[in-house]
Amino acid sequence: MNKVCPVLLLLVCLGLAERSSADFVVEVTRGQDNAVPIAVVPFADPGVADVDVAQVVSNDLARSGRFKAMDRKDMVEQPHTGANITYDDWRRLGNDYVVVGLMTPQGPDRFNISFELYNVLNRQRLLGYQISANRPGLRLASHQIADMIFDKITGIRGAFATRIAYVAVSGSLPNRSYRLIVADADGENPHVVMQSNEPLMSPAWSPDGQSLAYVSFEHRLPTVYVQYLKTGERHVVSARAGVNQAPAFSPDGRKLALTLSTRDGNLDIYVIDLATDGISRITDDPAIDTEPQWSKDGQSLYFTSDRAGGPQIYKVGLQPGDRPRRLTFQGNYNARPRISPDESQLAFVTQEDGAYRIAVMDLKGRGDVQVLTKGQFDVSPSYAPNGAMIIYASRDRGRGVLALVTPDARVQERLASSEGEVQEPAWSPF
Amino acid sequence: MKKIVSIACLFAAVALLAGCPKKATTVEPPTAGSQVPGAGGASGSDAGSTSTSPLGGDAGALGGGPGGGPNASVGRVIYFDFDKSDIRPEFAGVISGNAQFLAAHPNAKLKLEGNTDERGTREYNIGLGERRAQAVRRALMLQGAAENQLTTVSFGAERPAVEGDDEAAWSKNRRVELVYGP
Repeated sequence: MNKVCPVLLLLVCLGLAERSSADFVVEVTRGQDNAVPIAVVPFADPGVADVDVAQVVSNDLARSGRFKAMDRKDMVEQPHTGANITYDDWRRLGNDYVVVGLMTPQGPDRFNISFELYNVLNRQRLLGYQISANRPGLRLASHQIADMIFDKITGIRGAFATRIAYVAVSGSLPNRSYRLIVADADGENPHVVMQSNEPLMSPAWSPDGQSLAYVSFEHRLPTVYVQYLKTGERHVVSARAGVNQAPAFSPDGRKLALTLSTRDGNLDIYVIDLATDGISRITDDPAIDTEPQWSKDGQSLYFTSDRAGGPQIYKVGLQPGDRPRRLTFQGNYNARPRISPDESQLAFVTQEDGAYRIAVMDLKGRGDVQVLTKGQFDVSPSYAPNGAMIIYASRDRGRGVLALVTPDARVQERLASSEGEVQEPAWSPF
Repeated sequence: MKKIVSIACLFAAVALLAGCPKKATTVEPPTAGSQVPGAGGASGSDAGSTSTSPLGGDAGALGGGPGGGPNASVGRVIYFDFDKSDIRPEFAGVISGNAQFLAAHPNAKLKLEGNTDERGTREYNIGLGERRAQAVRRALMLQGAAENQLTTVSFGAERPAVEGDDEAAWSKNRRVELVYGP
């Protein structure tokens, strides 16, 4: 069907030394029964690239839970172009799809990667692209290839070439170090955005993916900052007396919802206009109101409040006089709402048998609730921008780790960090 | 074609992000002398090379700081039950001892640092820590401390006193620390 091979020539001009660290190891703790079998054949490589592109693609697809990636040890041939694929063999080995490719050096630090995706059953070529990337751009190019394959086969936009922000804590008390880190969605390629000896928390992405809002206690008081990632420049959004917490960008990126307190310590939700610093108070209740999250249309906020005793999730319109409406009724602890990208579902933290777990609630139908995870301290859920996965913070043998779960709970994975403690993951937009 | 354009944009965006590591990991100090060390190296060489913040606050937490405070026989920490912010009777002496000192020293300043155990969501815990700090603030004011002597801050679950995932650790982390300072 694809008679013309679209050529994708991209100049990925990175001046960055390659980091070969593997800070995360993915462990699939529960997979999906009907995963699509696919083989990503090692790409022909003259041996000068230090990223195994086919392996990154294969890992991405497997990590999504929707694919069963063939171990390359089981491959009986390793073709690099469609002309050399023996379809009957791949079919006999149970594969529905085969990906082949080759890398051609273009100078010491630049590579041309070409790849093709074939349907083994009807021998059709579904994709064929060339990508030019320099050495530091190879991982990104690999994630982009995985995105194209994922999109082609599932019809869902891939989110492998996105990023995650999280907080890493190292050192032992009282000399802890807190780092706000942005890494690729698979945990590789981590970069420190901010480092402090006092807590950093609540990273939140701007909708254009260019900035992070977060809370820093570097002055032993909470301050909400917005930091532009490209330059590292940041500015104070709120350092008012009392609480300055829980920032959340509006969908248009022009406002920040956050939690502030009155002098007597009453937490309420406010919205600040980032251009004018104009502030409006959204909730006014003696209870703790916090953890705001915008609706997709920017006209409402979801938030946590313990106005009825324990924390529960509410939604309030931003028009004057709008009254908060309670959304969660099951159990006595439901907090920290996050909406799925299409706003069909709400993810949050619920308490069940004394444990804290990630749950989702259907927002379109009858409000059915499903608890997705089985840990003791599962918090901070964040949707992938395609809605296909939720990343969250968990604990394993006394350490903070990041974990993944699909919104139907069928696929569970853990991103095991090699060091320190990681918490509060926030998945970037596309 | 639209797809290719969007891919190109994505490459460009990430390339820009990753292409300026020196800048991206440097933070300009908003005020002199109070900034933590900026994040280091060009290629994210972030291996534990931090230094201790030069702020004077820690000394105050130990009770001998520049701001002074009552003598060491008066406690500086009040512990709380799970999900509670009422002050247990055993801490009546801590409240009265510190309130008396504040009443007798109108220039003394006290910061009340509220903390929770690790359970629950981080931002809601900030609220619970603030609630505890406010409970101590009210109790001190009832016994003679002036409003302008007291400030509160909540660290929620972010600054535990003790590490551990059990009640022994949690009971030591659900606390308000009384920190005298300038």
